Amino acid sequence: MDKIWLVIQREYLSRVKKKSFLLATLLTPLIFPAIMAIFVWIAVEEKENQSLRIIEVVDENKLFFMESSQQYAFSFSHSSPEEAKLLVQNGDRYGFLYIPKIDLKNPQGITFYGEENPSMSLVSYLESSLKKKIEDQRLYDSGIDPQILSDIRTSVDLKSITLNQKGEEKVSDATVNYAIGFLAGILIYMFIFIYGNQIMQGVIEEKSSRIVEILVSSLKPFQLMMGKIVGIAGVGLTQLLIWIILIGTLTTVVTGILGLQMPQEQAMELAQADMIQTDNSEFTEILQVIAGIDFISIISSFIFYFLGGYLLYGALFAGIGSAVDAPSDAQQFMLPVTVPLIVAYMGLFVFVLQDPNSTTSFWLSIIPLTSPIAMMGRVSYGVPFWELGLSMLLLILGFLATTWLAGKIYRIGILMHGTKPSYKTLWKWIKSSN
Amino acid sequence: MLETLNLNKTYGLNRALTDINLKVPKGVIFGLLGPNGAGKSTLIRIINQIIDADSGEVLIDGQPLAPKHISLIGYLPEERGLYKKMKVWDQMLYFARLKGLSQQEAKERIHNWLAKMEMSTWKDKKIEDLSKGMAQKVQFISTIIHNPPLLILDEPFSGFDPVNAEIIKDQILELRNQGTTVILSTHRMESVELLCDQVAMINRSHKILDGTIKEVKNSYRPEVFRISIDQPTLPIPTEWAVQTDGESVHFTLPLSGKTPNELLIELMNYGQVSNFQEVIPSMEEIFIHQVKSTQNG
Repeated sequence: MDKIWLVIQREYLSRVKKKSFLLATLLTPLIFPAIMAIFVWIAVEEKENQSLRIIEVVDENKLFFMESSQQYAFSFSHSSPEEAKLLVQNGDRYGFLYIPKIDLKNPQGITFYGEENPSMSLVSYLESSLKKKIEDQRLYDSGIDPQILSDIRTSVDLKSITLNQKGEEKVSDATVNYAIGFLAGILIYMFIFIYGNQIMQGVIEEKSSRIVEILVSSLKPFQLMMGKIVGIAGVGLTQLLIWIILIGTLTTVVTGILGLQMPQEQAMELAQADMIQTDNSEFTEILQVIAGIDFISIISSFIFYFLGGYLLYGALFAGIGSAVDAPSDAQQFMLPVTVPLIVAYMGLFVFVLQDPNSTTSFWLSIIPLTSPIAMMGRVSYGVPFWELGLSMLLLILGFLATTWLAGKIYRIGILMHGTKPSYKTLWKWIKSSN
Repeated sequence: MLETLNLNKTYGLNRALTDINLKVPKGVIFGLLGPNGAGKSTLIRIINQIIDADSGEVLIDGQPLAPKHISLIGYLPEERGLYKKMKVWDQMLYFARLKGLSQQEAKERIHNWLAKMEMSTWKDKKIEDLSKGMAQKVQFISTIIHNPPLLILDEPFSGFDPVNAEIIKDQILELRNQGTTVILSTHRMESVELLCDQVAMINRSHKILDGTIKEVKNSYRPEVFRISIDQPTLPIPTEWAVQTDGESVHFTLPLSGKTPNELLIELMNYGQVSNFQEVIPSMEEIFIHQVKSTQNG
């Protein structure tokens, strides 16, 4: 045990002391707020620079009045459809909405002419305005006063609440859960690849420089392998920790600065949000959602899957490194490692984040090779306890299995030089008892 | 100190060791000789517990080889390996600690050894900045840092210039005189003759001879004498192929069934015998002869 500790220390210190580690660790978190700032800036710019688009309306019923929005203005000039089309062709108008004489019970023939394809948002805006107008008119025709109508009209905003077995209620929002699952999954994916490669490089270095011969005359190959894997895990955790602290601080600073630039009106809204219970502003909702997320369980399962996934794949990377003489030879054995990782990564986007409770999502988050990435996409939505337990148990078993497998390959591989092993020889090494 | 009993090892279809029996007494320098691929490295790896033998036993001080013996052995592999990016001091400390020395003791010993080898100024240099010979010295010190009673050196002189080879040779002799048992694997025969007390020769997985240097040489005497005669009074037979040097002649003669004295008496008839000396084969000649004869047979 003492000797594993020595190996862990060496692997850890020799990496953490490197200038490149310091550089990567300090610069990476700067990139996140920088990207965030750029997005915010672009969004603000876009809003300011948007020009008003004028849409000509020809209404042969003399019935419709379209309310102008921030982006679109409507002009009613009582011109003929031909004249209006010409306006669009000349570029004087963004578009032209033609409402022929219609039967209110079955409105047909309403047409939009534009120089370019209208955006989805414009089409749905027009449709809903027209629909509302027609409905109002029909209600009025059947004798209902518009004033009563507007009194009756109510706005409904669905609030989604998750109920756990203890009966605790939490406000939830799929967007926030999506973001958490997305970030956690990608982080684990990147970590496994970056640090798995470091393990492999380290093993190849020791093997090709023959240091390993001296080392294994002092300690067991398995101790050496585990020491390396654990030592490098420490490097990764250190980096993660520094990132969390740095990103946290920087994000607070950046949002603080942006917050100062927010219009007074909005700031007021935010300030009031806490006090007014019925306020349905998006921001309060998100605050409530964030408050409702069980961060302790998310962070603890993140750390578990982060380490579990890394250890499972790390052992495989060590095994591959031990079997080859140079990094370029490692390619042929990388496939069984990269394929499940990419399956997990793709699965996260295609299945898990779209529908966390589907059968595919379930299996992706249970099978140890894909679970570290896939389960993180589900955790923030809430996962039944037994599924989480099963997934974790299988991940531990999977890690023990890959370590056992890699240990067998490693023990023989690190002393083999000059031969390019095939899968067949690897299988022989695994089977051999000594 | 070390004994092997009927060691066998095969790699697939290749036999690396066949029934190897060796006895290495305490406090000697034991030369392990043999051409490349003979099985020396396999034997050394088995003793170092890097690999296991298929059958047979290794005894250290009469006990079967076990993990606890690791700290008794210092091993210098043929292919030297050091972490290129690590500093001399850190590297030595790491190896010393892996061999079971405490932090305190390891530091003291490294300090002493660096001073002894006049290397103290290099301790903060990275291995990649050292010359090959310097790195070899670092490796050598790392091997003996924990004062192992058994030292296994695989080609210890390769990569050293003559001056540094001499320093290493002196260190090996000093360690032997302090009671360390040294197993020296090499195919440089001149170092064998200078250093080794005993040798064993391995070829094609078999042990083909062993014993003290004297025993081995004695058993491979060709029974030929080198003779010089000053001012010969009788004509020397032409089949003796003499070389004339002023007034002396020099030639070699086999005993051909006679005792040395009988030969000498015969020679005295030809004049003043100024030199009469048995030709002793060098270890190199024995080595080449043995390897060739086992290959042919």
